[in-house]
Amino acid sequence: MSEVPDDRQYSKEHEWAKEDGSRILVGITHFAQDQLGDVVFVGLPDAGTEVEAGKPLGEVESTKSVSDIYSPVSGKVGEKNAAVEATPELVNRDPYGDGWLVSIEPSGSLEGLMDSAAYQKLLDES
Amino acid sequence: MSTLERSAGTRIPEGETFPLIFERSREGRRAWSLPEVGVDAPSLDELIPADQRRAAPPRLPEVSELDLVRHYTRLSQRNWAIDVGAYPLGSCTMKYNPKVAEDAAAMPGFSRLHPMADDDLAQGALELLGTLEKALCNATGMARLTLQPAAGAQGELTGLLIMRAHHKKQKSERRRVIIPDSAHGTNPASVSLAGWKAEEVRSDDRGLVDLEALEKALDDDVAGIMLTNPNTLGLFERDIVEIGRMVHEIGGLLYYDGANFNSIVGLCRPGDMGFDIVHMNLHKTFATPHGGGGPGSGPLAVSDRLEKFLPKPVLSWDEGAERWFWDDDRPDSIGRIHSFFGNFGINVRAYTYLRSLGPEGLKSVAEHAVLNANYLRVLISEAFPTAYPGTCMHEFVATAKPLKKFGVKGMDVAKRLIDLGYHPPTVYFPLVVEEALMVEPTETESKETIDGLAAALNQIAHEAETDPDLLHNAPVTTPSRRPNEAEAARHLKVRWTPE
Repeated sequence: MSEVPDDRQYSKEHEWAKEDGSRILVGITHFAQDQLGDVVFVGLPDAGTEVEAGKPLGEVESTKSVSDIYSPVSGKVGEKNAAVEATPELVNRDPYGDGWLVSIEPSGSLEGLMDSAAYQKLLDES
Repeated sequence: MSTLERSAGTRIPEGETFPLIFERSREGRRAWSLPEVGVDAPSLDELIPADQRRAAPPRLPEVSELDLVRHYTRLSQRNWAIDVGAYPLGSCTMKYNPKVAEDAAAMPGFSRLHPMADDDLAQGALELLGTLEKALCNATGMARLTLQPAAGAQGELTGLLIMRAHHKKQKSERRRVIIPDSAHGTNPASVSLAGWKAEEVRSDDRGLVDLEALEKALDDDVAGIMLTNPNTLGLFERDIVEIGRMVHEIGGLLYYDGANFNSIVGLCRPGDMGFDIVHMNLHKTFATPHGGGGPGSGPLAVSDRLEKFLPKPVLSWDEGAERWFWDDDRPDSIGRIHSFFGNFGINVRAYTYLRSLGPEGLKSVAEHAVLNANYLRVLISEAFPTAYPGTCMHEFVATAKPLKKFGVKGMDVAKRLIDLGYHPPTVYFPLVVEEALMVEPTETESKETIDGLAAALNQIAHEAETDPDLLHNAPVTTPSRRPNEAEAARHLKVRWTPE
């Protein structure tokens, strides 16, 4: 069973996006980290990088595979989580908290993302 | 034979620590002794100027000959090998490497031949290479090939450089190469290395290239497509002729990754399917040593129109002088991609394999590889269903997903299989299948061996339900237990330093 907190929104690629003041925090879901297994490397874009919704913004490598992280929203990277680059296991330990990946100053909206109920339904069907 | 007996057979006491050769070193101990020099030796200063000599001798292990022999023999006993047991590592084609090929490669005419020898002193060796080229071209349906690439991935790079040279000659600027999501893992890496951008095209619910998605991806910026057929799911791309037509229509080229050639060799040919560039892995399909370093050999074959771009020198036959020679006069060649002529000794082994089988034998290789894979697929299908329905080619991708409810993963199945006396299949690849187990028994395993492997896998599925910790803790019969892969990847240590 995967946890799906209802204080944020989700992409079908298993990223989450959470409004935090004027910025949006982005990470991968509990389901995604469980599928990946032990995360050993996280590659994130530097502050100021332009990102586009649905396009890769970085990558996460586990003992199984390397996967792209898709940006759930268009905008500019405000900050990357340096802690997660130094300690990638944070993504496994706390995907919705300390394991966040980047903050984005959005130029677009979060429209098109799923709420927790819709995301849970997607997981149930997979 | 029980697993404990099997493990005891390697005579490795439980808990034995295994020192490095450096730790066995004792000052002054030697594996050799030479008589006194009987002539006046020139001084070292005369031979090598002082400023080009190292200040201190290198720190090499000092051991006796017996220490040395025991060290490496015991090390080899800790290893798994095709000469020890079955090795169904999907996509790797771990078939038996016939010993007659070793005999041939050890013949002094081959093994003692100097790579700088004049062509006139090496006509026999050159004839072997020329005959091997012709046989491999016949098997793939291509015009010419180079034996230079040392492995499949180097063949891929060579092929992509030829693709680039072709487009350059056509004055056509292209930036993308299409790769299906069921492709071989090295393909995107080779595309990057060649300076292009890889673009993924998804599979459809048959596990084959989605023609609609391909149509959308194709435009005049696409240099070509890299495909293996059958694909990594062990499925034959039925639409290959249509795919070829679509790619050629936009001026692209078709690259054939020979990773899975074992399933069609002697039966059908990439050249007839419309491929322009083909690599083979002699260490897979043509039974040269593999696993443990090889070395490999990844010949690259091309169609007529790409022949002029092949790496040089190209081996040619001088009709008038009736002799083989290396032709360097190749103005359009992409240049040399390996020193001398590739891994020559490996090519001798592949030649021997081809000659000992003949065309009919080669055909039965593919037929038995496909038969063995399907036999095993069905035997384990209840516990480990395949991700896509239907008959497979030389390998299949099953899933360990049904065991998830017991807290057991594909990796646990693989590790437990070691305890039961088999090399694990490839796990977690291809990525399009959850908890993937990619199994390739090859044609050289007997029915009894495959029955044993199936029984072991079915036993593991039962154990997952009754005693999952047995699987979590596996392997328990090996000198090294399960490594902490995450820790090893996060804090990689590959260098030993003395205290």
